[in-house]
Amino acid sequence: MGAKPNGQAYTSAAMKQFQFKDKYKLFLMAFPFLVLVFLFSYLPLYGWIYAFFDYRPGIPLSQTEFVGLQWFTSLVLNPYQMEEVLRVLRNTFAISALGILTSVLPVIFAIFLMEIKNTSFKKIVQTLTTLPNFISWVLVYSFAFMLFSVDNGLLNNLLMSMGLIEQPLNILASDNHTWLSMTLWGVWKGLGWGAILYIAAITGIDPELYEAARVDGANRFKLMWHVTVPGIIPTFFVLLILGIANFINNGFEQYFVFSNAMNMSNIEVLDLYVYNVGVVNNNFGFATAISILKSIVSLVLLFAANSLSKLVRGEGVI
Amino acid sequence: MWKNTRITIFDVINYTLFALFTLACFFPFYYLFINTISSNDLSSRGLVMFYPQEIHFNNYIQVFKIPGLGTATLVSFGRTLIGTVLTVAASGFLGYLFSKPKMWGRKFWYRFLITTMYFNAGIIPWFLIMLKLGLVNNFLAYVVPGIVSPFFIILVKTFVESTPISLQESAQLEGAGDLTIFWKIVMPLITPILATIAIFSAIGQWNSFQDTLFLVTDSNLFTLQFILYRYFNGATSLATMMQSGAGATENLANIQTATSIRTTVSMVVVIPILLVYPFFQRFFVKGIMIGAVKG
Repeated sequence: MGAKPNGQAYTSAAMKQFQFKDKYKLFLMAFPFLVLVFLFSYLPLYGWIYAFFDYRPGIPLSQTEFVGLQWFTSLVLNPYQMEEVLRVLRNTFAISALGILTSVLPVIFAIFLMEIKNTSFKKIVQTLTTLPNFISWVLVYSFAFMLFSVDNGLLNNLLMSMGLIEQPLNILASDNHTWLSMTLWGVWKGLGWGAILYIAAITGIDPELYEAARVDGANRFKLMWHVTVPGIIPTFFVLLILGIANFINNGFEQYFVFSNAMNMSNIEVLDLYVYNVGVVNNNFGFATAISILKSIVSLVLLFAANSLSKLVRGEGVI
Repeated sequence: MWKNTRITIFDVINYTLFALFTLACFFPFYYLFINTISSNDLSSRGLVMFYPQEIHFNNYIQVFKIPGLGTATLVSFGRTLIGTVLTVAASGFLGYLFSKPKMWGRKFWYRFLITTMYFNAGIIPWFLIMLKLGLVNNFLAYVVPGIVSPFFIILVKTFVESTPISLQESAQLEGAGDLTIFWKIVMPLITPILATIAIFSAIGQWNSFQDTLFLVTDSNLFTLQFILYRYFNGATSLATMMQSGAGATENLANIQTATSIRTTVSMVVVIPILLVYPFFQRFFVKGIMIGAVKG
């Protein structure tokens, strides 16, 4: 559709005048929404000043003591606090590292699913494995409780009826393999969904590449390795970089719902720790100080990951 | 294309592994469901394992007699409906506005918006601001903070930019204003992406749990997810609810137990998702692809 000759006449001075007023009108229409963004995303940054006070809920900030960098220095100077934070960081890093290791699983899932020629089987697999992604962690915990609870959970009842164990195993309130079980629940919930992106990427590979490789005598596994894998590596790389950028943000909800007195020392990741310090123990100052440090480290990681992406792929991820 | 479709060992292993994982994904849903429709007595002793026994549907009637559960259902449906409508409308409108190069300070304001995806102040500062804004123990806290969602706005903006601009231009020449163009021209074009956003927003609202945990102590504002969490956490005494839920003359199979309440409420939480799932399944591949383009 080319521009009509008389359409040109509108790009005159009158039109410019019209557009001049228009640009403010467009801004004004967006303004109320930008206020919301300010209120809910930028205004809380003002609350960072609580990290410099000995604030307790209920007492106005003006009547609380200014403590300067005390909450930050106590991280290093107070051996107990330092030990706590190191433990929390160890949990955070371990669970994130396991998350990054298991991020190859959706790739494998997608590649092998494409080898399944029975369309209806494939469809059932895709539908049912994607479903867990859409339920809440609370519900996942409900499943975990029904299946693994010490109190008439399915697994315990099965093992006991088969005579394999005498006493029920308290799997959920146990300190063993917490990192691994958290990772496995993450895999259970996210694997099918995570594979969708790769399945789409595989579908996008030029069929002529497969044809050519086949003519050259490549068998099924060679096709997978030499055509499919290179075709989805770029997608994997982007997601890997995003995973690195989110290394210290492993979330809150999953660890919160699965946590209990028995497993807390191994399940307490940064977000859960901030909650326990701030909301449970009412230490607002220290919790805010940790949040500030966490935000700074996340931003550094994000920019590092972005630079890495620019270096390797020639374009950023943000 | 494999001319000789012979079944190799690889195929056998491949099919088996996929079948096992699919079963693992689906079985918990099935297991909870058969427990809700089986004899409560057998179920609470863990004897309902692979198939329902002494089928009855009484639990689904009894469960709504638990004090607070009806309200929680209304709150959950209310926030899902209102929250989704607001988010979809705002995402569509803002995505359209930000697609207009002539908007004053467009680049700056777009960055102002998108940057919020990459930082957050932390829970304590956020809580104190929500308290100052009067959003503690307030239904609005469920729907207002989610109205402007950067990710959804990126999706719409990208989508609007992919539609032919000549349609908007010709409407402008006819004398249509920006709002008319949005409503009459752009909206019908972007319906697919709005549908995708509606699905993700609705699922997010329905599954949301943290906002209740942090901001709500008023039990009239509890959501189903939050109540379900409390049933497992032992914060509420299920015993008192059991007494109020069942008469003394009822037989053992029908009397509410901790297990029957937990499983039935879980099913109440999951059934709406199962009901809409077949319809939205076709949307999300499209949605995730558009999202992936932008990273």
